[in-house]
Amino acid sequence: MDNMTLIAIASIVTAGLTIALGSIGPALGEGRAVATALSSLAQQPDAATTITRTLFVGLAMIESIAIYCFVVSMILLFANPFWNHVIAQTAGK
Amino acid sequence: MRLSPDAMIFWQHGFLKLNGTIVFTWALMFVLAVGSKLITRKLSADLSRSRWQNLLEIVVTGIEKQIQDVGLRQPEKYIGFLGTLFLFIGLASLCTVIPGYEPPTGSLSTTAALALCVLAAVPLFGIEEEGLGGYLKSYLEPTVIMLPFNVISELSRTLALAVRLFGNMMSGTMILAILLSITPFIFPIAMSALGLLTGMVQAYIFSILAAVYIAAATRGRKSGREAKQHI
Repeated sequence: MDNMTLIAIASIVTAGLTIALGSIGPALGEGRAVATALSSLAQQPDAATTITRTLFVGLAMIESIAIYCFVVSMILLFANPFWNHVIAQTAGK
Repeated sequence: MRLSPDAMIFWQHGFLKLNGTIVFTWALMFVLAVGSKLITRKLSADLSRSRWQNLLEIVVTGIEKQIQDVGLRQPEKYIGFLGTLFLFIGLASLCTVIPGYEPPTGSLSTTAALALCVLAAVPLFGIEEEGLGGYLKSYLEPTVIMLPFNVISELSRTLALAVRLFGNMMSGTMILAILLSITPFIFPIAMSALGLLTGMVQAYIFSILAAVYIAAATRGRKSGREAKQHI
């Protein structure tokens, strides 16, 4: 196996692992946030606007962690700097 | 596969490139500026008013109310900055219904520029409100030991703002492109409807976070700590 194959394997496997492991935490967190918000909505329907606004902001905060993982895996798949470096080296030979 | 509208080149002459991000950003700016100019040219204060004026009034009063809810007491002072952020990002994601259009916020350069605007605006508003000394003192709260962490949080939240918006918009177009190649025709429509929703939510989040940061910089220590919990 030469360097190119190694880099390809490492990038693809890491991209999959990144998005797989990185979405577990935010998924659990969002589930807890929504569950708590629902129970507080049931207890206090008057505060619905405040709860909903805070929930949305909080959800976006939690979701951004999953989005970071997504960005990293997209970079690994489509704009991989190591891959581009190896390609440039082989083209230069 | 194209990651961002940066790679969409309309015109090139040597070093100068006119890519999709620039074209769509200027188109949006043109629509926003000329549209507001045309609507506000003949404003009426009596009961009969044009429907466009009604629309703008709803938008402006809605944004003012949201800014007030965050805790900034004079929304008319901040609506120029925060409202523009919201309208630009919101329109950028709403226009995705137009075929051939790609949101300029799906490019990291646009979102980084917007986040840098927030990074610059927070100390400016803070100094204007509390004076240079008062603003700098807010870095020393609660103790002097927290100084490096406060500086780091200032920088990291800028990075987070930029990458959050970029990732959301980019993932929307990316998922659409992938779905179009797997299950064309029906399912991508549902996903693009969802993309419209997340686009508006992201516009809301971006401007609300900017408002929260400004509110944390312009007010005393008690409310500053309360606003920091959002980060």
